[in-house]
Amino acid sequence: MIMDELLYIQNDVMPALMKGTWISVLLIVPSAIFGVCMGVLSATARVYGHRVVKFAGDTYVLLFRGFPLLIQLYIWYFGLPRMGIYLSPYWASVVTFSLCSGAYQSEYIRGALLSIKQGQLAGARAIGFTQLQTVVHVVLPQALRRALPGCGNEIIYLIKYSSLAYMVTCIELTGQGKILASASFKYVEVFSIVGAVYLLLVSMATWILNSLEKRFAIPGFEQHQA
Amino acid sequence: MKTDTEPILEINHVTKSFGTNTILHDVSLSIKKGEIKVIIGPSGGGKSTFLQTVNFLVMPDKGSITLAGNRVNPSDKRELCTHRRQVGMIFQDFNLFDHLTALANVEIGMIKVLGMKKKAATERAMAELDRVGLKDQANQYPAQLSGGQKQRVSIARALAMDPRVMLLDEPTSALDPELIGEVQSVIRDLGKGGMTMIMATHQIGFARSLADEIIFMEKGRIVEQGSPDELLAQGAATRTRDFCARIAEIGGE
Repeated sequence: MIMDELLYIQNDVMPALMKGTWISVLLIVPSAIFGVCMGVLSATARVYGHRVVKFAGDTYVLLFRGFPLLIQLYIWYFGLPRMGIYLSPYWASVVTFSLCSGAYQSEYIRGALLSIKQGQLAGARAIGFTQLQTVVHVVLPQALRRALPGCGNEIIYLIKYSSLAYMVTCIELTGQGKILASASFKYVEVFSIVGAVYLLLVSMATWILNSLEKRFAIPGFEQHQA
Repeated sequence: MKTDTEPILEINHVTKSFGTNTILHDVSLSIKKGEIKVIIGPSGGGKSTFLQTVNFLVMPDKGSITLAGNRVNPSDKRELCTHRRQVGMIFQDFNLFDHLTALANVEIGMIKVLGMKKKAATERAMAELDRVGLKDQANQYPAQLSGGQKQRVSIARALAMDPRVMLLDEPTSALDPELIGEVQSVIRDLGKGGMTMIMATHQIGFARSLADEIIFMEKGRIVEQGSPDELLAQGAATRTRDFCARIAEIGGE
């Protein structure tokens, strides 16, 4: 009995979940990177941009934080073909996750941008920096250090909401789990393993983010240890 | 042919209001190469705003700034950057870049604004840090430096840009009393080296010993100006002297 169970896990569950995990990683990594980029761009636009740019940034965040993620996913995958734009399940998912993640990242980064002492902006202008140079060389390097814990939090969250991709037939970890469980009715076993894989991914991400925080720590910007 | 008697910096009829509150009323000042002018006066009198209008960190409502014969057009962003890099500014609270070491703080302007090569910039930055006595602190971050050291780094940062004029906005006001001396001595050396400076300060003794001319500013107007000896002489019936006497009573100097 137990033997059967172990064989089922070894022969059916593990290969399928390995495949699914790989797809999940392929969804998460680019979405996290694009998300941070969108967050940096939109936050900078909202804090330092001209009125029009600022309005565009505010609208972006309002829409992409306001619409439920699943609805966004449906629009990109099922809705766009009506306008002649066809995205594969994978790309529809990456686009959705990147834009949604970017909207949340935007808030973390905006907060960090606002925390930078204004005097430094005057200091930068006084030596002849343009507005763009000031933002790129003075404000962002500091703001990103301050935003890192928050941005990390959003990436952890992204790892888990990437499971929604299976709703548009991008069969990643959760999707594989669903297929296996429906076939065998071993919901507890399969989803326990699926959950454990997510836990593992989150642990790895946490470790990487902590290393980044350490790597970029400089005196005056340490994260105070509780 | 320009001679040394022509002013290097001319500030003409500068006016600035914030809302209905007029901070500067038609202020004019000119300074020749190598001169040191010190602005004193009560807080809120417009000293800081005045200095900031000189390099357009605060945009004047009216009036003009002319540097070395060139009248600055503040709506031309490039010209504004060029003007600012020729005018060194020292702030009361240093405004160092917190994420950069002392060395990088001094280098960054040369690299990003003047387009210098990293190696040349590093050499020059080390020379400037040496000049303010901080060569051995080059790799420290602002959070690791004392107030006096931070202010000296900020002076090195301004000097590295080869400014024609330096503006010093109460450079010692945010410092602990025991740290004031080290910054004053750096400024004194600059003066001896021929640097043209306009400085706002509450350190009357320092002002007196350094200034070619003292400018007394109150309620956004230049009320008196003249040599320290004229304005501060025993028995001189000047506002400047009254003000300085009051500061001395409180225990300033």
